[in-house]
Amino acid sequence: MTQRHFTFDDLRIILREAAGLEDDVLGDDALDAAFEDLGLESLALLETGSRIEREYGITLDDSSLTGSKTPRALLEIVNGELATAAA
Amino acid sequence: MSGTVVVSGLSVASPNGLGTQDYWSATTAGRSGIGPVSRFDASSYPAGLAGEVPGFVAEDHLPGRLLPQTDRMTRLALVVADWALADAGVRTQETPAYDMGVATASSSGGFEFGQNELRALWSKGSQYVSAYQSFAWFYAVNTGQISIRNGMKGPGSVVVSDQAGGLDAVAQARRQVRKGIPMVLTGGIDASLCPWGWVAQMSAGRLSTTRDPARAYLPFDAAAHGHVPGEGGALLVVEDEEAAHRRGARSLGEIAGYGSTFDPAPDSGRPPTLRTAIEIALRDAGITADDVDAVFADGAGLPDLDRAEALALTEVFGAGGVPVSVPKTMTGRLHSGAAPLDLAGALLAMRDGVIPPTVNVSPSPGLALDLVCETRPARLGTVLVLARGHHGFNSAMVLRAPRTRQGDR
Repeated sequence: MTQRHFTFDDLRIILREAAGLEDDVLGDDALDAAFEDLGLESLALLETGSRIEREYGITLDDSSLTGSKTPRALLEIVNGELATAAA
Repeated sequence: MSGTVVVSGLSVASPNGLGTQDYWSATTAGRSGIGPVSRFDASSYPAGLAGEVPGFVAEDHLPGRLLPQTDRMTRLALVVADWALADAGVRTQETPAYDMGVATASSSGGFEFGQNELRALWSKGSQYVSAYQSFAWFYAVNTGQISIRNGMKGPGSVVVSDQAGGLDAVAQARRQVRKGIPMVLTGGIDASLCPWGWVAQMSAGRLSTTRDPARAYLPFDAAAHGHVPGEGGALLVVEDEEAAHRRGARSLGEIAGYGSTFDPAPDSGRPPTLRTAIEIALRDAGITADDVDAVFADGAGLPDLDRAEALALTEVFGAGGVPVSVPKTMTGRLHSGAAPLDLAGALLAMRDGVIPPTVNVSPSPGLALDLVCETRPARLGTVLVLARGHHGFNSAMVLRAPRTRQGDR
């Protein structure tokens, strides 16, 4: 099974749908911005995680999800799960 | 603190006009907003008319971030709250957060949002249910979202007592102001025009099944046979009169009196208690029936309930003793939003010296009411607003025109 890779562009699409974040806050420098500064509260993060789970067929641990502070950290968690699922 | 609580700003979302200006010009012209349901296909349901708020595009008024987490009623409430605060000249960012409270009424919560998530649950599974369902449907959500958006950290509450709740929430706001909170945003915005909300309302057995908008909702008419539901409502900024004066705000009128009662069980043999609610409100305002210049009635649109309300009015005011109107005939019944919209209408009526009409109705002579069926000029110093909720809630509120304005006349 080929491993899917979850990119910042993939996350951008989900953040727009799940949290209504607009393009102007989702520039390249948002990769290392705190979710809080992007206007994403904890429930929005849960909704984001839930959409990722659905689309990628993985399960994300709630506490590691809410523990991720930036888009980069979330990408790492998701790609880690994708790697496990493919192994 | 004076103990006198005034309304310093307001705005509305009404089926016959979005925003105060559109609403009021339509209302004084007798223009109805009732028409065929357009928000979903109601052709297969027994009832097919509603009062829908026209021209509301949430994206034009709210940041995208709020859209995935809000029902239509909350989107309307957030925008109307912005307008009401602007109307009152309140700059929330420059006001201490704990000096501003929110007290709204609700009757159903975010039904449309809830229906969509329940549909996702049964058709696709729990993973497809939005995390926002945890609060987006909830009765208190309008209060919470208004509080968060505007940084209003004073007391927040919601009252759920069906249509009467629209007055009960404003009474709660008055209580908070009298306890020392300088300013409270209050009123109610409801919207449940979706299949789930429709079926829930049909189960109460009070919806009109007539498809002619001019014949469907006829309170105090011999042909009364139910009501048309609607969406929307109004929000008011209330504050202590002296505090409002100090910051240079104008008063639209005073929340002068309030009374609420709950009816005895239907099989108890004891009469309903709307009359008592009116008497409590008059006493609370320190006035007698002679002082009331007009009544905005509940206007259930069902023969028994209309008779009961007419009886309460004639017992207090005498036969034909006071002009009575039901501007709701132009909007349908808006649940918890109805009475706040009537309060807004009554304040504007006092400002402009005009009683808005009850449209489409030929008053039943047996009810002995002076029903205002054409817009009527009148000096209005004091107006009584009534609201009843399903299963026995009765509330009455007395509004008094601003003192300076009364002096002008």
